[in-house]
Amino acid sequence: MPTKEIDRVFKALADPSRRELIDRLHARNGQTLSELCEGLKMARQSVTQHLGVLEAANLISVQWQGREKRHYFNPVPIHEVYERWIRKFEQQRLEALHGLKRKLERNSHE
Amino acid sequence: MNNEKFVYVTYIATTPEKVWKALLEGELTRQYWMHENVSDWKPGSQWQHVADDGKGTIRLVGEVLESVPNRRLVLTWGEPADAADKAKHSRVAIDIETVADMVRLTVTHDEFKPGTDVLPKVASGWPRVLSSLKSFLETGRPLNTWA
Repeated sequence: MPTKEIDRVFKALADPSRRELIDRLHARNGQTLSELCEGLKMARQSVTQHLGVLEAANLISVQWQGREKRHYFNPVPIHEVYERWIRKFEQQRLEALHGLKRKLERNSHE
Repeated sequence: MNNEKFVYVTYIATTPEKVWKALLEGELTRQYWMHENVSDWKPGSQWQHVADDGKGTIRLVGEVLESVPNRRLVLTWGEPADAADKAKHSRVAIDIETVADMVRLTVTHDEFKPGTDVLPKVASGWPRVLSSLKSFLETGRPLNTWA
């Protein structure tokens, strides 16, 4: 993932209101703006702005269903962040373990 | 019918033609998906998702509903046990669009039927497949996501 895309993902996730919107979509995907605003303390206009930031970061996608604009949580960029840092770390550990095994096996043959 | 719907989007620095080939050609899907998708990809034809496990285990089956090369593919998506029972299949639409110098690949998975096992697998499955496909097309290396 290019640096610019990663920056957008982290900036979007840095805001608690935006994380709350993601949580709401994670609980119930495909909500409209009005549904997302229900029970929130945020002004409708702020919600619209936050959704715009999330969409620019590709963390939500929008689909029209008739005249209704529905919002869907898109976990793909978060998965890429996971793949880049977490899995890479696991792989290094596995490689270290593999190196140790080879070293020990070599020693036992000497 | 369950009205749950999942929409997965990834932007890939490539061409629609390469995405289309990467989704349908076994030689390519094996590298980043560990499976082959087998069909003649004509509307009305059957398709199978076959594991690259040396035994050819069939993991998913369905029917091709729409097939517009380099643009859109719509499939029914079922467990092999439900192969004959289309009423139990969910639906996957894959849309390929050019956005500036990138390709936007959108996977929409919906029409889940009660009593089938597909829904829980979707949430973890597609992000892995799409991340691996993106890496494969952009860098030539898939993600080691199934190891």
